[in-house]
Amino acid sequence: MPSFAQSKFAGALLAVCLVLGLAPSAFGIPAFARKYGLPCSACHEAWPKLNVFGQTFKDNGYQLMNDRDSPIWQNPSYWPVAFRNTPNWHRESINKVAVDVASGAAEQKVNSHGFDLSGMDILSGGTLYNNISFLLVPSMENTGEFGLESAWVRFDNLLKSPWVNFKFGKFELDNIISEKRIMNLSNVGGAYQLYHFAPIGDSNAFGQMGDNQLGMEWLGHSKDDRSRVSAALLSSNDGSVNLPNANSYAGFFTASQAFDTGKLGVDRFGAYAMVGQAPTYSLTSLGNPFLAVGNKNFSREGVFGLFYLKKLDFSLFFQHGSDNPYLGLGLASNQALPAGAQSPSWNGGFVETHYTVNPQFIFIQRDEFIRMSKQALPSMPSSLGNLDAYTFSFRWYPIMFSRAGFAIEPEYSLMRQQGVAPISGSSLSSSSAFLGFDFDF
Amino acid sequence: MHTRSTTWSLLLAGAVVFAFSAACWGQVTQYDEDQRMNMESHIGKLTGHAKDGKPLYQRFCIGCHGPIGDGEGENAQWIDPKPRNFTLGIFKCRSTPTGTLPTDEDLYNTIGRGLVSSNMPRWFPLTDQDRADLIAYVKHFSPRFVKEKPGPVLEIPPEPPVTAERVQSGQQVFKRVECWKCHGVEGRANGPSSDTLTDDFNRPIKPFNFHDETRFKCGETDRDLYRIFMTGLDSTPMPSFGDNIKPDEAWDLVMYLRSLQPMNTPEKAIAKKLGLKPINPNAPAAQSETK
Repeated sequence: MPSFAQSKFAGALLAVCLVLGLAPSAFGIPAFARKYGLPCSACHEAWPKLNVFGQTFKDNGYQLMNDRDSPIWQNPSYWPVAFRNTPNWHRESINKVAVDVASGAAEQKVNSHGFDLSGMDILSGGTLYNNISFLLVPSMENTGEFGLESAWVRFDNLLKSPWVNFKFGKFELDNIISEKRIMNLSNVGGAYQLYHFAPIGDSNAFGQMGDNQLGMEWLGHSKDDRSRVSAALLSSNDGSVNLPNANSYAGFFTASQAFDTGKLGVDRFGAYAMVGQAPTYSLTSLGNPFLAVGNKNFSREGVFGLFYLKKLDFSLFFQHGSDNPYLGLGLASNQALPAGAQSPSWNGGFVETHYTVNPQFIFIQRDEFIRMSKQALPSMPSSLGNLDAYTFSFRWYPIMFSRAGFAIEPEYSLMRQQGVAPISGSSLSSSSAFLGFDFDF
Repeated sequence: MHTRSTTWSLLLAGAVVFAFSAACWGQVTQYDEDQRMNMESHIGKLTGHAKDGKPLYQRFCIGCHGPIGDGEGENAQWIDPKPRNFTLGIFKCRSTPTGTLPTDEDLYNTIGRGLVSSNMPRWFPLTDQDRADLIAYVKHFSPRFVKEKPGPVLEIPPEPPVTAERVQSGQQVFKRVECWKCHGVEGRANGPSSDTLTDDFNRPIKPFNFHDETRFKCGETDRDLYRIFMTGLDSTPMPSFGDNIKPDEAWDLVMYLRSLQPMNTPEKAIAKKLGLKPINPNAPAAQSETK
């Protein structure tokens, strides 16, 4: 029977692994720039972050809508493929790691540093024909493990209306503040913690808004993309392929409205909800799990906004999350709940600030917090799992044209989570210092 | 010896004069352009400023239109049709007579609408103010916008109701002003001149195929179509017919052209009901083209 401290540490480690393992597979696709002859800056505030024109291009199914979108217009030598990789140096620091000593185990600060590589994304996307678009992203971890990060086809402008678009396959959820276009790349700062958060001890790995999911999505938008609404039906398997894995589904819904604020830019407000069910245990055959069952509810909902003050912009994101007590306690639903068990819930948010000096130079800063409002058991410390994260970086793009992208990114990120140190149960801090050479061609 | 030293002196003096002139010319040119950075655009209540448009131009436009607006951006060599050379101050989509400058609103609408069948996308996701600022910056490239005013805006009378007579009359206008020579007797861009057309820069250019496309370079409404042939598309072989077609006839021509396009329009239904056949350029003008 694992101790509570071990459980906490395992939980924290799981959270860190979820975040660290999800090295951002960000999209900035020079193949599009080559196809249309537009510089990266036409679609990206600073790549991979989309600007209002790039968001419209994406929502139109990677089409400029100028009757030159079908591949039939392209030179046969055009190849809709781009690659991305980030050689880097980084230093990781964790202040409390259980280290074996003569007397047993003791907490110790551990630093590690050295040269490293990110994984590699192969980004292939575009149109198969007018109003039929696709994205295929075979992605290789830096250890050599290969997988399909994205694989979808989309039918655009059905009934000649921008309000009727359907996507099928494995895709990024319709997040305007997209983790796939996050500007930071370090282990700590390279993900939005809220997009992957689960309370300590919680077994729900399926409520992750930051992960690409398998399913189908309807998206509608006004012609100028100021109004957007989408609904997706997803398998609650966190994008894992092959049936059977779980017979549960989730939905992701979002709507937003943008406003033209003159010289300031285009501001946007919106709301989202991810609701569904996730399994709590697996059926086994000869001791091997083969089908996850015992579905219980979870939900994530909140609001977001993009606010522009000329070169300065703020991305705001808030979330209220809740899981069923069985998920919160990591308990199979065919077992009895302990007395007092309740749905764990939390609130969190982040503010990401960008100052775009010009399309080739951008400063990025982010503050993120998560506060537990209710633990799965009243006896658990109320602050257990509370999290704060800070990131500061800038990206400099020495070149900016329509053939390739190259950015140099120094970054420092710090994260602190309450009550998850492996032995003392105090707060655990981890930090990343990072210098990456991010290239995309 | 004396001759040789004189020659060298003359060459040296020439080189100095040339270098000095070039420097002066460069300074004057730069000075002119700097002066034009005060350029404004006025679209309704919006006022655009060239200095605010410069970073937008560098973000969105420079790849095709180039840093000095001459249409020689890094991607220009790959693009067909070629990007516009703003320094000439010549624009296709105008509400003003041929040869005159467009209004700011004409340019504003072009940026928002994009140019169909070209690499110029619709930039309407940008804010209205951004587009107004871009217009001011685009204008600053050409000294024409300092020396000249836009021509008078074409007055377009209200669109009359669609009738069979007007569709038939429009076909006769199509024949009389010889649209068919480029666009073909059926409007399929296969007229006898279609293969020989070039623009003002001697680049091959194709006429519009009415059967293939629903949108035009300079708009998609009936009023846009009216405007296109009454003002012409400067720098292309498409002339202005403002002097050849009366306003009422122009609406007739619009209705006939709409009957050719691949949409379900009232004009198309009328043409089908009439059994309207393609024109016969060799037939006498009064002869009906119906069954």
